[in-house]
Amino acid sequence: MAGLARISPNVTVSLCRSQGLPVLSTLVRHNATEPAKNEKKTYGPLKDQDRIFTNLYGRYDFRLKGAQARGAWYKTKEIILKGHEWILKEITTSGLRGRGGAGFPTGMKWGFMNKPFDGRPKYLVVNADEGEPGTCKDREIMRHDPHKLVEGCLVAGFAMHARAAYIYIRGEFYNEASNLQIAINEAYKAGLIGKNACGSGYDFDVFVHRGAGAYICGEETALIESIEGKQGKPRLKPPFPADVGVFGCPTTVSNVETVAVAPDICRRGGTWFASFGRERNRGVKLFNISGQVNNPTTVEEEMSIPLKDLIERHAGGVIGGWDNLLAVIPGGSSTPLIPKSVCDTVLMDFDDLIRVQTGLGTAALIVMNKQCDVVRCIARLIDFYKHESCGQCTPCREGVNWMMKIMHRFQTGNAKRDEIDMLYELSKQIEGHTICALGDGAAWPVQGLIRHFRPELEKRMDDYEKKAARN
Amino acid sequence: MLRLWPLRQVAKVQNVLGGLTQIATKSTQPAPAPELVEVFIDDKQVFVEPGTTVLQACAVAGVEIPRFCYHDRLSIAGNCRMCLVEVERSPKPVASCAMPVMKGMKVKTDSPMTRKAREGVMEFLLMNHPLDCPICDQGGECDLQDQSMAFGSDRSRFTDNAFTGKRAVEDKNIGPLIKTIMTRCIQCTRCIRFASEIAGVDDLGTSGRGTDMQVGTYVEKMFKSELSGNVIDLCPVGALTSKPYAFTARPWEIRKVESIDVMDAVGSNIVVGMRTNEVMRVLPRVNEDINEEWISDKTRFAYDGLKRQRLTTPFINVDGQLVPTDWETAFVKVAEKVKKVDPKLIAGVAGSTADAEAMVCLKDMINRLGGELLCTEDSFPLNRSGIDFRSNYIFNTTIGGIEQADVVLLIGTNPRLEAPLINARIRKTWIHSEVCVGVLGAPVDLSYEYQYLGDSFIVLKDLAAGTHPMCKALASANKPMIILGTDCLQGTENGVIYNAVKDIAERLRKNLKHKDWKIFNLLQKNASQVGALDLGYQPGVSGLKALQAELIFLLGADAGTVSKDKINPSSSVIYIGHHGDYGAQIADVVLPAAAYTEKDAIYVNTEGRVQLARQAVNPPGMARHDWKIIRALSEILGVALPYDKLADVRARLGEISPTFDQPGQVNESGFEAQAYQLQTEIKDPIVNVNTAISPTMLKLKDFYMTDPISRASLTMAKCIQACKESEKNPYSKQEAKA
Repeated sequence: MAGLARISPNVTVSLCRSQGLPVLSTLVRHNATEPAKNEKKTYGPLKDQDRIFTNLYGRYDFRLKGAQARGAWYKTKEIILKGHEWILKEITTSGLRGRGGAGFPTGMKWGFMNKPFDGRPKYLVVNADEGEPGTCKDREIMRHDPHKLVEGCLVAGFAMHARAAYIYIRGEFYNEASNLQIAINEAYKAGLIGKNACGSGYDFDVFVHRGAGAYICGEETALIESIEGKQGKPRLKPPFPADVGVFGCPTTVSNVETVAVAPDICRRGGTWFASFGRERNRGVKLFNISGQVNNPTTVEEEMSIPLKDLIERHAGGVIGGWDNLLAVIPGGSSTPLIPKSVCDTVLMDFDDLIRVQTGLGTAALIVMNKQCDVVRCIARLIDFYKHESCGQCTPCREGVNWMMKIMHRFQTGNAKRDEIDMLYELSKQIEGHTICALGDGAAWPVQGLIRHFRPELEKRMDDYEKKAARN
Repeated sequence: MLRLWPLRQVAKVQNVLGGLTQIATKSTQPAPAPELVEVFIDDKQVFVEPGTTVLQACAVAGVEIPRFCYHDRLSIAGNCRMCLVEVERSPKPVASCAMPVMKGMKVKTDSPMTRKAREGVMEFLLMNHPLDCPICDQGGECDLQDQSMAFGSDRSRFTDNAFTGKRAVEDKNIGPLIKTIMTRCIQCTRCIRFASEIAGVDDLGTSGRGTDMQVGTYVEKMFKSELSGNVIDLCPVGALTSKPYAFTARPWEIRKVESIDVMDAVGSNIVVGMRTNEVMRVLPRVNEDINEEWISDKTRFAYDGLKRQRLTTPFINVDGQLVPTDWETAFVKVAEKVKKVDPKLIAGVAGSTADAEAMVCLKDMINRLGGELLCTEDSFPLNRSGIDFRSNYIFNTTIGGIEQADVVLLIGTNPRLEAPLINARIRKTWIHSEVCVGVLGAPVDLSYEYQYLGDSFIVLKDLAAGTHPMCKALASANKPMIILGTDCLQGTENGVIYNAVKDIAERLRKNLKHKDWKIFNLLQKNASQVGALDLGYQPGVSGLKALQAELIFLLGADAGTVSKDKINPSSSVIYIGHHGDYGAQIADVVLPAAAYTEKDAIYVNTEGRVQLARQAVNPPGMARHDWKIIRALSEILGVALPYDKLADVRARLGEISPTFDQPGQVNESGFEAQAYQLQTEIKDPIVNVNTAISPTMLKLKDFYMTDPISRASLTMAKCIQACKESEKNPYSKQEAKA
């Protein structure tokens, strides 16, 4: 469930509260007396020298030699010798927000691990269970640039005093897991990780754990359960993983991309990273563009790039031209879709997408043009969520199944008009009432569909009724 | 296996660290006591301990939060979502069962958001729940029914039922006790948590995901536990119901009588459900000191034995045949036999389920006739201070006290089958603390890990001499416990074993930090034993042979310890009891009496706790209350007992021992030092015991039939059958070697 909010925004708020930290408000308030900042107004395209993942398309060697030629493992020892606090400061300055979907400020999250040692080791767990439909960014990192991730594990792990990193990789990613393992073996052999990693005096191990193909194991606590060898079912929070995580020890679960960009932020400085994107949405980001575009692709771009720019510039435009666009799911399958009218102007970042009632998620765009059956698309997504619901808590177990049944009837129009409101209410009954965010993720696509395509649903029902009357 | 104390340790360390930092910052002030947290439940201010959950805080404020998965005695699952409540400044409702309280938290248990959340969850739960309440055994005591009335919507929106219908789940066969109707399951996982946490049997679990998730045993096998029936009570819906009780009664037809169980010496508190003079079922009653809220399967399901094999009329033996007769003839026959024998050669034996009233009446009657020998079936060494001190033969630590123990040594006992609830207490202690358990006896499966010390007397001697490695652990323990079983005390060498155990206990007692902590415990197996010994009965039937008794009264003595070849062959036997079991077969006169559900009676459990059983139904046919039979007989024998009412008998009990006047309490036993002193003053020759120190009940199948009631029970017979079959099942966990 890599795309979906690993920590849903709501949990984020309570997390802050429980940790005694100021709550991040979703609105940015500008004080009138504050001098206007020298902010740029246009975002993207990203210059080649500002790219972090320079082997995204696998044109070069992914192994240690090739990676070092592209700048990986450069001065890692010096970064580590600067200390925990320095790394955390750089990450905080960079404004990096979690790349797995929820967008929790990374510096703050890693800072939660800075509690006094209580006898338990600390662990970094890297969430490489990228199962969100439409998302394929971590996969590119792991198969073409695995050393970025391994180095990131060391830097991030060191920042949070972690003894070891567990990389939980999706079971279907066989080649990615083997490339990653090759990279880890090379790094061990070169003394970059393991005992006295990079000659810094710090001991750090990296383990790869392959999953068995359950989407729910991308939820951070389900992932922890899965590493422990149990059924992948999310745990109740609190206690948060930072208190009781994998094997009962303090743990931080971070997305592959979040971890992999950490060394470059440290090398180039937090301010460099913060120079991209809008306030609170800093940095560069991998975007996946799939669906009805001419060239589906994964590309590294600046945050806050306009959605239209992204599709037109990198994906060769929508099939049939921009005017043939129907809707876009902007952040992986669990975010609500937005219709063309919104797509024209919206920026690809956390805040602007929240403004239009959707989310950045994993920044995996699924483009739908006017030739596509949008109801069927959403029904298919609900099929997926129904299949992947762990069945632990009631609203998700029962509700998603029910939504699926209704959506399939909506597809043919075999329903009453007032069932649209009922479906909306059902999705609201699921959202926010479950242990993890899968329930939310299943409810949002339906809400998006009803919000923007109610006339389409009603038309189908009318057609069905007419057809039935004729027979 | 699941053990929680390592996590607790971490919490302790954190607390210590927290405390240290606090002390460091405010070094002038003493460390503050843990402050109570102020929370507001519907604007009502309450103060609770830190770490309390919102649900518990609501209970303190007198607000009951609806729940399905949450249970006080099980771990928190938080998956039913029924307990969602609104908390101020939280954007979404929180699961109150799992959320710890925070300072100044404002909980709204009846706000629109809370009500909406409950209604939504209830709708989802009912979505796939079959509408078969009219044929469901849970009807009338169903949490889902009650809560949907209180919190659910008043109309249905299940339009999809017209298209696809509800989910159907295959029923599972998990043994002869629990009926499963899995379509009704709401996946609260209470049964799973009970099995793995309380019963210690990881048989239950979930398979499948999402809407296809099922609760079951993965492969078809028996849910093999002596506590399995408790999942029936735990199940909030009708998914797990009682197989023997199926379709027999409705809860609103049943009258509930609070009583005491006699299947073992624990004295579990029960509620007997009766309808039209018939026991319909037995349920547990909460008693934190004894059974918490669990009962064993024998307690719960053996009640059908009360309806079979019963003695409903007096019998007399005519030419080797028992012939039904009336009370008068039977009494006259007894009187004839009494007249014929020397009064000194009259003896009485109390069986495992004899009540204190009947025992005192029998004793008084035989004493008045001139007989002196009254004994119980279970043997106990008399060679030293013996039964002179109560602390020698009761469970001194008390059942609740087990939770404080840090080392438990089990000798010659299998508490899992002899006293399942005491075993459950040990397991609870084992889960929540660092208790170390050692076992001297058979290597049986006790549902927790233990150190096995062997089964030979040499080990016991080493322990007594202080040369065994285990002695170190025992000596360093703050609150050590020794539990001695009665099975190993049945042989002729019982005194040697008993003395060795007492030696261990005494050495530990001398160096004990907590002076009032009791170390030595005897785990009795029979519900009557402690009461009988309190009343002055002799333990064991060996005296019968020595006396060459001519006339023997059996008060429900059915264990087979009294048989024709063990007593004077010419002796006559008068049997007073409720089942046509072993005792009636060898009797010359059979006087039908009442079983434990049919009389108001006093039982003393292994802790020495006096408890009152209450009459739920009338004795069948011509059967009468035991003490009344003896009272009537005494009149015919010319030694009329001066008790006309039950209160008179109880007053007599109080005369003998004041403990009988204090029902429900445990009187702390004392005089351990004196008891031991008396013991050491008499020197026994040191003998070696060559037989293994071992309990007799080793496998679950040995558990079900131990007394006349359970031996007459069809349900218990089916359980034994199922156990035997499950031994052939390759997927069933094999029990330890016999």
